Amino acid sequence: MNDILKKGKFKREEKNPRMVKNKLFHRLVIFLSIITISPILLIISKLFIKGFRQINLSFFTETAPDTFMAMTAVNNGEIIPGGILNGITGTLFMVIMAAIIAIPLGILIGVYLYENPGRVYANIIRDIADILQGVPSIVLGLISYIWIVKNVTSGYSALAGSVSLSIMMLPLILRSTEETLKMIPTSLKEAAVALGVPYHKILLRVLIPTGFSGLLTGILLAISRVIGETAPLMLTALGSSVVNYQIDKPTSAVPLLIWEFYNDPNMVDLIWSSSLFLMGFVLTLNLISKKIASTRNAF
Amino acid sequence: MNSEKITKGALFIASLVIVLVTGGMVLSLVGGTVPVFSKFGINFLFSSDWNPTEGREEYGALSFIVGTVLTSVLALIICLPLAFSTSLFIGEYYRGKRISKIIGTLVDLLAGVPSIVYGLWGFYVLRPFIVDLGLSSQGFGIFTSGLILAIMIIPYATSITSEIITLVPNDLKEAAYSLGATRLEVIFYVIVPNARSGIVASYILAFGRALGETMAVTMLIGNSNKIPGGLFDTGNTMASVIANQFGEADGLKLSALIAIGLLLFVITGIINALGKFIIKKLS
Amino acid sequence: MSITNLNIKDPVLSIKNLSVSYDGEKLAVKNVNADVKKYSITAIMGPSGCGKSTLLRALNRMHDLYPEIVTTGTVQLNGEDISEMSNIDLRRKVGMVFQRPNPFPTMSIYDNVIAGYKLNGIKQKKSERDEIVEKSLKDVSLWNEVKDALLKKGTFLSGGQQQRLCVARALAFQPDVVLMDEPTSALDPIATSKIEELLLELKKKYTIVLVTHNMAQAARISNQSMFMYLGELIEYGKTKEMFTNPTDKRTEEYLTGKFG
Repeated sequence: MNDILKKGKFKREEKNPRMVKNKLFHRLVIFLSIITISPILLIISKLFIKGFRQINLSFFTETAPDTFMAMTAVNNGEIIPGGILNGITGTLFMVIMAAIIAIPLGILIGVYLYENPGRVYANIIRDIADILQGVPSIVLGLISYIWIVKNVTSGYSALAGSVSLSIMMLPLILRSTEETLKMIPTSLKEAAVALGVPYHKILLRVLIPTGFSGLLTGILLAISRVIGETAPLMLTALGSSVVNYQIDKPTSAVPLLIWEFYNDPNMVDLIWSSSLFLMGFVLTLNLISKKIASTRNAF
Repeated sequence: MNSEKITKGALFIASLVIVLVTGGMVLSLVGGTVPVFSKFGINFLFSSDWNPTEGREEYGALSFIVGTVLTSVLALIICLPLAFSTSLFIGEYYRGKRISKIIGTLVDLLAGVPSIVYGLWGFYVLRPFIVDLGLSSQGFGIFTSGLILAIMIIPYATSITSEIITLVPNDLKEAAYSLGATRLEVIFYVIVPNARSGIVASYILAFGRALGETMAVTMLIGNSNKIPGGLFDTGNTMASVIANQFGEADGLKLSALIAIGLLLFVITGIINALGKFIIKKLS
Repeated sequence: MSITNLNIKDPVLSIKNLSVSYDGEKLAVKNVNADVKKYSITAIMGPSGCGKSTLLRALNRMHDLYPEIVTTGTVQLNGEDISEMSNIDLRRKVGMVFQRPNPFPTMSIYDNVIAGYKLNGIKQKKSERDEIVEKSLKDVSLWNEVKDALLKKGTFLSGGQQQRLCVARALAFQPDVVLMDEPTSALDPIATSKIEELLLELKKKYTIVLVTHNMAQAARISNQSMFMYLGELIEYGKTKEMFTNPTDKRTEEYLTGKFG
């Protein structure tokens, strides 16, 4: 539009203060946008530059070193030995447990909302899910501390960690299930009804398979959301120096290890590689779910 | 139909779970608050005393309420021009073009960075930068925390705002252009007024996220329990004091931290509900 | 007022005083009485909003899906009240084809045809299934086009082919009645005429009730026609007679295009 004005007969418009302001604003928008994206570039490059050399096979296969080993290595100018195996296993363990709790529940509730669109009760459920989604993760950690650490496992535990993560995942899965199902044309459901298919079969063998990629996307996004969480785990899983699969005992997690490394002057160098790993994992999950979403079957 | 009734019943029971969980959360938080509340009453909210020494325990949440408000408001102020510009970039100036997709993806990546990584980057990169600028001796404090929070909430504000901007009907914009308006004028006289409630809602939601952020703030705010005196003073937010001091807390101190958790729950709940309400009214 | 000048012995469907309301107050279908003749095509036509789809969907109790919808009156299938049958049984005897072709996107062509059996958990030998699939696809003249691609998903087919697949899916149960709700309105003219040819063949073995907004289509292929207006069955008779000599003034106005 502005080009047309500039091109020919309206030369004097170029000096027009309105045009000048227009141009300046455009430049300002570009400038500020560049500033906005610079942190992500800086962060990723920093993680890469400082973290890359620490990543080797033992990174994935050995548990975190103790502070003495780390101190010796640093004094000798070597790479700190050990890895984050206890963190990786702990994270996987708790996330899988959280998923086992949150996925079936989230899908069921999502289906419920889809099947009862206008009802007042359903709207209330939806609003409650929105509230739950906005609760800061540290508060969920407090809750899980009160419920599980104090009353169920009498101490910090992987179960408590999973519970806090599952509460975080639940509203995300729930909403994405409902949204996915809503996008399936009703005629598909009606076609199944017209064939005399019983209700639960329509859900299990028509609606859910058809919406599968959407449901999967929601689940992956929920997982990528909780994998990086530290605060709730500080109050529930606490951390552990060994690989641990007992649900009633404390366990480690990658973010918890990062926190431990950060707090220990000898282990500080390890934070970059662990962060790089964590971020890489989160980004990969995000990319995968975006890919799934875009190659979704047309209904 | 028997199987239909059973299935519908199962779905209904599933929906009850979420009600029970949320209700249980409120009850547990309130229950945990009772000890500290019965000792200090409503004064808890207005006192900035925070003394965990046994025998002379004093707890008050005011410093942390102030810390939260200061950091979040600062984050919002910094975030506003940045997110708005980026939204205009993606939703108006370069809409549909490849560069928008790239910028949009990069902004989305910001949302994927774990809070602790922001904290680390803030600690090792931002903080020395602020120290070098001579703004603060150690680099901790409200300003640094507010800055990192701003970066963290930009993707939330940007994604909603840019989408709202694209929803402004084309014919309104064309009508303005046909009257000789410049792009800047179309933005401020057509797009913004039409998208106003959506834009406001997106910033309210971004604000809500800033209120609850924990790790990054914990690592940058300095962990002191007084009301911050200035922009570069140290302090604590409601979220960061819980993270920083949960360690060996029990008894009255635990109750105080739970009370702060309840406060956080309520405040973020209200802010988020407000934002969602405005968005609902739009559609 | 409905005027009928047909005399149908042993009707396959018998509709008595059928009324349907979407909100418990306003009637979308008002007190319809009609019998449907076996092995023929009965068209239901009328302007938008006249209740023709609502009437059709009452015949296989589709309205059961939506609890706000109130249906009164009776429909009998071969003498049996359909509200006393289980809806699963009913829907095996009364099949439905929809306006937009809707094969199940996650299933192959083969599985789509046999979907009624599979989803109902009916155990069959593979040979039985193969037979049903082949017969149904042959009945809709799709067999030759897809016989080598049976395991592919149905979504690569053209609109017309997909719709024929949906007809095959409905025919797999060998139902007594096939209900069709504007089956060609989403198709191009060539696909439409193919489906119309198909229906003319099918009526030799099946009873078809066809809702159409295209009165020329009704004239082309139906044996009997119902004209509905504002929820009422205004006129019902042999198609040729109704089109050349409508009894009710409103029918005449509709047929001469005075209102859509």
